[in-house]
Amino acid sequence: MANQVYMDFEKPLMELEKKIEELAELSREMDLSKEIAKLEKRAEEMRSEIFSNLSRWQTAQIARHINRPFTLDYLKLIFTDFTELHGDRLFGDDHAIVGGLARLDGEAVMVIGHQKGRDTKEKVFRNFGMPNPEGYRKALRLMLMAQQFGLPIITFVDTPGAFPGIGAEERGQAEAIARNLREMAGLTVPIIVVITGEGGSGGALAIAVGDRVLMLEHSVYAVISPEGCAAILWSDGTKGAQAAEALKPTAKDIRELDVIDEILPEPLGGAHRDHEAMAKTLHEALSRNLKELKGKSGEQLVEERYQKFRKMSRFVE
Amino acid sequence: MAWFKRDKAPMAVKDEKKVKVPEGLWTKCPSCGESLITKDLEANLNVCPKCGHHFRISARRRIDLLLDAGSFSEYDAGMVSVDFLDFKDSKSYQSRIDAAVAKGGSKDAIICGSGEMEGLKVQLAVFDFSFMGGSMGSVVGEKITRAIERGLEEGTPVIVVSASGGARMQESILSLMQMAKTSAALAKLKAKGLPFISILTDPTTGGVTASFAMLGDLNIAEPKALIGFAGPRVIEQTIRAKLPEGFQRAEYLLEHGMLDMIVERSEMKATLHRVLTMLCRVAA
Ligand SMILES: [Zn+2]
Repeated sequence: MANQVYMDFEKPLMELEKKIEELAELSREMDLSKEIAKLEKRAEEMRSEIFSNLSRWQTAQIARHINRPFTLDYLKLIFTDFTELHGDRLFGDDHAIVGGLARLDGEAVMVIGHQKGRDTKEKVFRNFGMPNPEGYRKALRLMLMAQQFGLPIITFVDTPGAFPGIGAEERGQAEAIARNLREMAGLTVPIIVVITGEGGSGGALAIAVGDRVLMLEHSVYAVISPEGCAAILWSDGTKGAQAAEALKPTAKDIRELDVIDEILPEPLGGAHRDHEAMAKTLHEALSRNLKELKGKSGEQLVEERYQKFRKMSRFVE
Repeated sequence: MAWFKRDKAPMAVKDEKKVKVPEGLWTKCPSCGESLITKDLEANLNVCPKCGHHFRISARRRIDLLLDAGSFSEYDAGMVSVDFLDFKDSKSYQSRIDAAVAKGGSKDAIICGSGEMEGLKVQLAVFDFSFMGGSMGSVVGEKITRAIERGLEEGTPVIVVSASGGARMQESILSLMQMAKTSAALAKLKAKGLPFISILTDPTTGGVTASFAMLGDLNIAEPKALIGFAGPRVIEQTIRAKLPEGFQRAEYLLEHGMLDMIVERSEMKATLHRVLTMLCRVAA
């Protein structure tokens, strides 16, 4: 990325990378390749040092990074023939969820995902990736269409949560989410879910009931955002770092509870540093998982999906 | 989700100087302000005789009101939550569980079992709001799922009476997954053609509303119950505007098409029996 947006904890790295850039600039006039190589080696070490010791709160920052690849980025990099389909046929078209037909390795699939914006205008257009009920109902319409035509479903999850607004409540935000949970459980086509950024509570889960749930290394997935949790626990929304530690929302945390099947490694420094490399890893994982699922009957998929989620609990009796 | 911030219902005694009755004998109605004799209030199913305000009631009381006397047999009563994330805020989750269990009501936020409603066998799950705000963690999700699965096995209707602040934060991702788990079980019940009735009482919010509570073949609420996805405060902060009158109350949801009906507590059992016998095609 030309315009790197740095996170707080990357400050030393930022200084180093700026220095490298300056030297590169100067090297048009003199040979500085040795110095540059030295600094680059240090930057590499620093990157690996920072990114192998991330706190949960730092991970949440990466998950929300403005340059992190979004659904439409993956659609460009992994799929062909993407044809966006709009509307829930009931009320409107929600721009916080995109979906449509596309080809993966030449085969038709239905792709659905949350969509965030990068610049201010698009952020507003996408409602910061927070769907209204229409988004979930559009997603369900497309999923049922996929079932009708025997197409596998791939979803990308990246939302702070379902939108908390008056209209959303009036039009049944809870009902829309709930219905998706029930309907996804019964779909007779393969469903692969990828948590690509923020897996924000029910707003994420509403498109995340799948046969395989994959999660990008620096994504997060939790019942509430760290800030929301902090606001309730300590009446202080700024204590997100503390809440993130308590909620244990990282891919590694979630994997330990068997809620996800696979963690997809990100390029060093995060997926936003190299969209192509991330897309390549994701593409491979999608192709491989889809191949495994395609041999199963609809009945088998539904029953195995049921048992998969059925096991997700910890208690004693 | 703010179960520990719930309003402390004012239990003030009316005109203390003159009446001079020991505290607890009187209960002030939070809706109309009338001071009611607690014993009379209880005899009236904890509904204010003056304004019809439905007070919150315990899970045990609810079961007594809905099922034929002596017909209830409880399942999974010994199931308890564990602090598998080692979750700490001002107190640890484990100490909150222990404190809630020590109150002696139930071992988690729901009581499940089977029983008869005018002779009709049903699976009944009732939230206990006094246990950590009725929040749903693994135990609640598991017990509801088992209740639905028992309905499937025995071919009986399933009824869930909700009163919950939503998913239990202290179980993070696994509390979220209870939404998927319970809804998936309902998909099976639906496929088998068995009725699921959701009764929404004050309050039903968050992840409980956004899963089984909104998935009833019939969604029935008690009058004035607060029902919603996001909490009113969160919405106000997000949109920076005042919420309309009666927002997220049962009457508002009925008007917006989310409920089949609002039924008073005194009519609930008879209403359930009437619709269930028709849905189950039991001869009148
Ligand atoms: Zn009253």
